[in-house]
Parts: sequence; C-alpha cells; structure tokens
Amino acid sequence: MSAYLVALWAITLRESLRFLNQRSRFLAALVRPLVWLVVFAAGFRAALGLSIIPPYQTYITYEVYIVPGLCGMIQLFNGMQSSLSLVYDQEMGSMRLLLTSRLPRWWLLLCKLIAGVAVSILQVYVFLAIAAVFGITLPVLGYFYVFPVLILTGLMLGALGLLISSTIKQLENFAGVMNFVIFPMFFLSSALYPLWKMAESSPFLRDVCAFNPFTHAVELIRFAMYQSFNGMAFLWVVVSFAVFMGGSLIGYDPALGMSRRNPGGPQKGG
Amino acid sequence: MSTLRVSRVSYSYGAKLALDDVSFDLQPGRFCALLGPNGAGKSTLFSLLTRLFVTNQGTISVAGHDLAREPRAALARIGVVFQQQTIDLDMTVRQNLRYFAALQGLSGRTAARSIDAALERLAMQERAGEKARALNGGHRRRMEIARALIHDPEVLLLDEPTVGLDTASRKAITAHVHDLADTGLTVFWATHLVDEIRDSDDVVVLHKGRVLTHDRASNIAGDGPLIDAFIDMTNGTIEGAA
Repeated sequence: MSAYLVALWAITLRESLRFLNQRSRFLAALVRPLVWLVVFAAGFRAALGLSIIPPYQTYITYEVYIVPGLCGMIQLFNGMQSSLSLVYDQEMGSMRLLLTSRLPRWWLLLCKLIAGVAVSILQVYVFLAIAAVFGITLPVLGYFYVFPVLILTGLMLGALGLLISSTIKQLENFAGVMNFVIFPMFFLSSALYPLWKMAESSPFLRDVCAFNPFTHAVELIRFAMYQSFNGMAFLWVVVSFAVFMGGSLIGYDPALGMSRRNPGGPQKGG
Repeated sequence: MSTLRVSRVSYSYGAKLALDDVSFDLQPGRFCALLGPNGAGKSTLFSLLTRLFVTNQGTISVAGHDLAREPRAALARIGVVFQQQTIDLDMTVRQNLRYFAALQGLSGRTAARSIDAALERLAMQERAGEKARALNGGHRRRMEIARALIHDPEVLLLDEPTVGLDTASRKAITAHVHDLADTGLTVFWATHLVDEIRDSDDVVVLHKGRVLTHDRASNIAGDGPLIDAFIDMTNGTIEGAA
C-alpha cells in the first residue's frame, strides 16, 4: 500500500474509533436532528403549507421536507466538531505530529477531512435508519444515490471547519463559531423552509439564503434522495469546497498562514 | 559531513527578533545540548528545524537536504520529541506507535519491525500493550522517544524533554538519549538544566536569540563547573545589553 493510503487509513481509523468511543458525542449527533424531526416538525406541520416543488412529485409532509436539511445539519455540526477537535489538537500539541510528518501537508489535512466525512456519513445513515423507524422514508434508490452526494457535501462542510480551525487559536473562541457560523448557515438556508416561502416574507433574506453554500448542499442532498440531479447546487458545492480547501491550505502553510503564529500549541520556556 | 547545518538563520515575531543570525553544524554520533535560559529562542529554533515555522533568512539543511527546498526529504531524516506531550492517552503504546508509523507512510511488517526495534532501544517492549494513560511521566517520554525513532532518522531533536519529570526519570532519559548518540545518531537536546550535559557533549549556548558559543562542554566550563560558565556568559550578555 502506498505511503499516502497508509496515512489515510490510519487517520480515518483513528477518527472513527475516537468518535465511537465518545458515546455522548455519538448520542448528541443523533438526538439533535431527531428532536428537530420528531418534535419541531410535528409542531410546524400545521403552520407551514408546502406546495409541490421539485424534486417532489406529490404533496409531502413537513417531516419529509426537512430530512435532507437535517442530514445537512448533521454534516455541518460534524464539520464544526472536527474543526473543534483540530483546535484542541493544536492546543494539546498533537497537531505537531501530523504537521511534521514527511508526507505533504495538504495530503495529511485532506486525510483528516476525509476521516471526518466518513464519520459524518455514518451518522447520517444511522439518522435515516431511525427516521425510517418513525415512518419517514425515502425512495429505496434514494438511499444509494445520496451516498456520493454526502461525500461531496461532507467535504465542503468539513473544509469549512478546517478553514475555521486554521484561523481560531483558542478553544474559548469556539462559542463564537457556533453563533456566527453554524446558526446563520442553518437558518438562512432551505433546510427548514423552501426559498419561495422565505421570499414571501423577505426577498432580501431569500437572496441571502440563495447565496449560502449550505442551501446548495441541502438541495443537492434533497435532489439526490429523489434520484434527481441539481446541477446548479452541484456547482455551488464544488466551488465552495475548492474555496474552503484552498483557504485551509493557505491557513496551514507555515510560510503564509495563521499557523505561523502558533502551529501546534503553546510554547513554554525558550 | 554535518547532519544538521543551521546557517545564518534569523526569525522575528513582528518587530521582536527571536533568533538573530544563528549558525552551527552538528556531527553524526554526537550529543549536542542547546543550552539557554527561558526565552532564549530555543523553541522558536525547534519550530524552524521541524518546519512548523519557516523563515526566508538563512538556511537549514538535514543530511544534505535543504529544509526549504526539499522539506519532505529533510523531515524524513528528523525524529522529534516536543516539549509538550503529544500522545493519545486512550490508545496503547503500540497503537500510538503504529499511528505515527502510518503518518510516516510505514505499514505492515516494515512498521512492526521498526516499532519493535524502537521499543527495544528504549527498553519499552513489556509496556507495548499498555494504555498510554497507565504509564508514568518517564515512560510516556520514553514512548515518545521510541516513536521519534521509528522511521530511522539521522537527527533526533528533543525540546526540553525532561520538563515535569522526577529526578530518577530525568537521569534515566538523559542516559538513554546519550546512549542513542553513541549508536551514531545526531542528538540535539534543548535544555536550561546544565546537569543534563556531560563533559564530552557539545553545547550550543543560545541567549536572547544569539549563539554565544558552540564548543565541547568541558572547554566551555574551563576549570570550574559548567553552570558557572553559563551564568557568567548569560549575565555578561544581560549586563552588556543594559
């Protein structure tokens, strides 16, 4: 096996074991979207009328509508969680091990990203399985079609986390990320309400939602779940991934980025 | 031929100059201490040697490979033990080593052989199956040194590796690493504790970002103890600067 694949396998395995060992993280990752699905959606069903919009061929319940958004939410939170663990690794110093390896830095960061995506996809499928138990199902083929899309959306949201971790140097600053990244991204998207519904309230907010890469990640997932392809959403997600990943590589480049100040933990002494 | 060559390296944090025109060569099979008080620039120098920082002032080469132009070839020849512990406490000693081996691109039998050899060199074979959390501070350090040797480097860098250890563990680790130098490895050991240095060791004295001297410890000490020479040297610079 090539040195590159060896490192990829080791990092993915380590991240997966870490995730499975942290039962509370696993539970929180599942409970969060399930609360939205079972409680929030039940309350909202009566308030929000949905018309037939692509990719749906018929009227759908609100629970069915928000499933793709909740899958996106799982990946969004997972991306931020990976980012948090990277900041933690930097504070604790273990990031140094990764950054001083003989393998290229871009590859090692990509391995971290891929490992995070693997964990997020595992979470999404467990969530979909539990949703199915509650009677909220997708077309059978949709479960397969959505897989490659989840890789792409996971990469995009993971790269966003990576970019954020390259700019944040202290765990204390992470609460700000929750307030200024996760919540606006989630609420200003098509995860909970279709954009036409948003336009009824505020055309400006609708435009903001349309500019939000998370909206396009959700739409790409939604269309794939119904065996359709949304080309515009695909393009947005690919371009966003490239921008976030490029920014992360700059951020972690010792000659250019933020890591110049503190590449892997505080230093004491000389 | 020198295995580690630092030539006219300077580095600053904004306006504050942390390293000023630092140059020295290290030879194979030698234990060289980087001696300096807190704030001398030792950790900055280590960050440059491991490419966590880069500078465009001066050059660093490892076994003939320029760190700026051939970073991968240079890093492949360096083993590092950081001042701060970098262990996954929930993994066993062997799992920690296997993870590091994978980061270096080693797998299967090659990795297993290298891990066994590194554990043997540090007398850690019997601890291989234990969780890192169960090890005391001294053994965790030994494990990190074993880990730094897995990919068979030519230069071993240790940044104040005995910080926080009790006297017995400090002595044991210092002796182990001196033994490693006797096997042909170039050892570069940052410290501010002169009792970790033997008369036969080389010493680079760093103070306020400048190399004050680079010589055999016994030559620097002269007729008295090394600590006196070190204090004289660093105080002299402080007075001179004031």
